[in-house]
Amino acid sequence: MNPTEVKSKLEAQFPGISIQIVNNGLVLKPEDLVRVAKFLKESEEFKLNYLSLITAVDYLEFLESVYHLYSMDKRTGPLILKVRVPRERATIPSLVPVFRGAEFQEREAYDMMGISYEDHPDLRRIFMWEGFEGYPLRKDYIPEDADVLEWEDVEWLERHDVKVPEEYKEFARQLKAAGKEARAVKPTEKEI
Amino acid sequence: MGLAKNRSEVDEGLKSELRKKGVVITTLEELYNWGRRSSIWPLQFGLACCAIEMIATACARYDIARFGAELFRASPRQADLMIVAGTVTKKMAPQIVRLYNQMAEPKYVITMGACSIAGGPFIDGYNVLKGIDRYMPVDVHLPGCPPRPEALLWGLMQLQQKIDNQEIEKTEWYQKGTKREFPVPEFGPKGLIPKFNPEIWRPETASHRRSRYGDPVLLGKKVAAPKFETFGDPTAKVGTV
Repeated sequence: MNPTEVKSKLEAQFPGISIQIVNNGLVLKPEDLVRVAKFLKESEEFKLNYLSLITAVDYLEFLESVYHLYSMDKRTGPLILKVRVPRERATIPSLVPVFRGAEFQEREAYDMMGISYEDHPDLRRIFMWEGFEGYPLRKDYIPEDADVLEWEDVEWLERHDVKVPEEYKEFARQLKAAGKEARAVKPTEKEI
Repeated sequence: MGLAKNRSEVDEGLKSELRKKGVVITTLEELYNWGRRSSIWPLQFGLACCAIEMIATACARYDIARFGAELFRASPRQADLMIVAGTVTKKMAPQIVRLYNQMAEPKYVITMGACSIAGGPFIDGYNVLKGIDRYMPVDVHLPGCPPRPEALLWGLMQLQQKIDNQEIEKTEWYQKGTKREFPVPEFGPKGLIPKFNPEIWRPETASHRRSRYGDPVLLGKKVAAPKFETFGDPTAKVGTV
């Protein structure tokens, strides 16, 4: 499926729509996504009735959500749709009203990348537990330093009758007083 | 493993001479340990690819039944040995510790593979526990990625040696005041709470990894993503069909 052809047909269908082609994918505006997907699914010409994948990419300047559409009737695909949103306002309309199978994949993208899909029926974390903070697959996420006990760990251990060595306790107290969190060492960047 | 040998004081030569005449001399401890080590029942669960090797070990070619450990039990109450075969994610760790707590004494643990020993290739990840020995005691660490079935059999033989050398009166589960149940970690905002149980495991004071390889470095040239104006209109109503 040639993306340039699809682009020109979409432009004929929706006058004034802005579409860019990047690496065989069509980059759409977030507000155009649902109507374009619905049109591609229902039109006799495309019949792209199978949403095989939703994934998210962190480009540091923005976040991107990628959709792969296939046609089970015509045996064509994938047609790649992309939607880009700024990091601080990462909101994309949900595709669940059009493709029911989008539900869990959007939950995954929300869990890992923090893109919130509007009108999603049940937008919760799917892999990480409720109460986990942050979005671990974003590039600026730094995991915890697992070798340092923090004050909440010390409190928890003492609640459960575990003796905590004095030096760990002292270090945790210092961390808490400094208002710091024990995070892993962030990799330094090096050009070669 | 620095194990004190648990041997009877009867001369080995005399013993074998007597055996030829049909007289068997043994100690109660030897007999008891022989029975225990020849019928280790593992707990039936696998976590990742190491489980496939464990299954292969249980099948006919490698045949763990030769060592009396073929009866994989589906209940922790009936199991003696926990083979932690695979990656322990932070989400799975509380259940593993709980299963360990539910096992009846005497209980042993083999950590199979690099992941369950120390996190393996996922050590820098946000989701994988850096070694199950942070929360519960481990008898045999079995390195490999994954270890071959022969290695698992070797680990089992090491465990059998350990059992053979235990003195019943001095084993830890008969001692007063020793802890054999360990608190189950909970989910916190950044990972598990606590990060480890200092009564069982403590981090090394000097990081071997850092002294050998230094701090983590991202190599390569950073390529900026192409600029685009298609962020959409922030005032537009989204979700309309």
